[in-house]
Amino acid sequence: MHLTTSTVGRKVLMAVTGLLLVGFIIVHLLGNLSIFAGTEAINIYAEKLHSLGPVVWIFRAVMLALFAVHITFGIQLSMENSTASPEAYAIKKRQITTFSAESMIYTGVILLVFVVYHLLHFTMHVVHTDATDAINTLVNGRPDVYSMVKLSFEKAFVSLVYIAAMFALFFHLGHGLSSFVQTLGFNNGPSQSKVIAVGKLVAVVFLIGYAMIPFVFLVGIK
Amino acid sequence: MNLTLHVWRQKGPQDKGKLETYQVKGVSEDQSFLEMLDDLNEDLIKGGKDPVAFDHDCREGICGMCSQVINGKAHGGQERTTVCQLHMRSFNDGDEIFIEPWRARAFPIQKDLIVDRNALEVVMQSGGYTSCHTGGVADGNAILIPKPDADYAMDAAECIGCGACVASCPNSSAMLYTSAKVAQLAVLPQGKGEAKARVKNMTEAMLDEGFGNCTNHYECQEACPKGINVKFIAKLNREYMKSMV
Repeated sequence: MHLTTSTVGRKVLMAVTGLLLVGFIIVHLLGNLSIFAGTEAINIYAEKLHSLGPVVWIFRAVMLALFAVHITFGIQLSMENSTASPEAYAIKKRQITTFSAESMIYTGVILLVFVVYHLLHFTMHVVHTDATDAINTLVNGRPDVYSMVKLSFEKAFVSLVYIAAMFALFFHLGHGLSSFVQTLGFNNGPSQSKVIAVGKLVAVVFLIGYAMIPFVFLVGIK
Repeated sequence: MNLTLHVWRQKGPQDKGKLETYQVKGVSEDQSFLEMLDDLNEDLIKGGKDPVAFDHDCREGICGMCSQVINGKAHGGQERTTVCQLHMRSFNDGDEIFIEPWRARAFPIQKDLIVDRNALEVVMQSGGYTSCHTGGVADGNAILIPKPDADYAMDAAECIGCGACVASCPNSSAMLYTSAKVAQLAVLPQGKGEAKARVKNMTEAMLDEGFGNCTNHYECQEACPKGINVKFIAKLNREYMKSMV
């Protein structure tokens, strides 16, 4: 199929799957922020989410498919690109490209490892079981998600891993957000610098929003 | 002024090649970069050595032959300037200058600073044309083209095919070149008929020739001596998506 073999086709698939994954992290962030609305809010949110039953599994299947496409082509394109430029210059000065853009494959791999760790931690409860055991205690008839999160993030190692991963997300989005606008063809020339600036700004918002949660538990504000 | 040059020397396509150091003395600031290399070559020939092979043709900034990466920047990094139009007044006495050929798998080095840029021609042949009946001279205004479209096409057609976009791209992609050729024809009535096949064939030829994929670094736009904008890549992406429906 042309879309999955051509250079622009795969670029478009990277952009569309990336965009949908950004859609997911928006919803995920909004859900997470309920932790700031008192100890009950996130427990209620989590219970509601789990009560959706099959919808949750459909959602997970779609997420898995998006990840699979994004990761497969990301790795494939990176490999092709390194074969296309086999010899390095003795001196090479980058003029406009960013650390973000040049490290996409690395931040991408870090995020993949993080997602696996994150699922083992908060979804499957197989790592840091001393903290995740809190989920088995019922508070007002609901699993105690709040305590699980709190006990986890009070461990410096866990918090720092999560915060570090959010920096990887920040750099990944720093290039990715504006990149999909270009890839989908929405660039008339003058709009380019503005789109890049907005992309970086939104990446900062995600960084602050996500990293704030482990941070507040780590320093004991919450 | 006196300069220290580190020039890439490579005897042929199979040779490994390395940087060699030369001292040049009494360089005038009014000389072009290529004239400075001409002087170096005269000295080398007088000393019984092999002169540095480099590409050049028009020496007025329009042919796209002078393919050199100078101090890490294609064409030396001066805005909208080819190497032949780069003047020694941009350098200072005592400067060290690194001169390397374009480096990309699709551009094999022939000798010293000369690379084979034929891959760009192959991309062009795969779709950079329109099929039309020739014959009698057509009436001047038989096909009306709105001025903004003509200007847009002209901006894309400024591309001289020098390959600086490929040389500066971290992925060695020729997407800026390819997009300029696709965009230039896509907006003109004469180019509409073959638009769908053109974008597919040219991007396919680009990959087949060993160029990389575009990942939106935009280094090409900065390096381009003709100021080709990456909006043409966005245009190529739109043309590609249109070709899929």
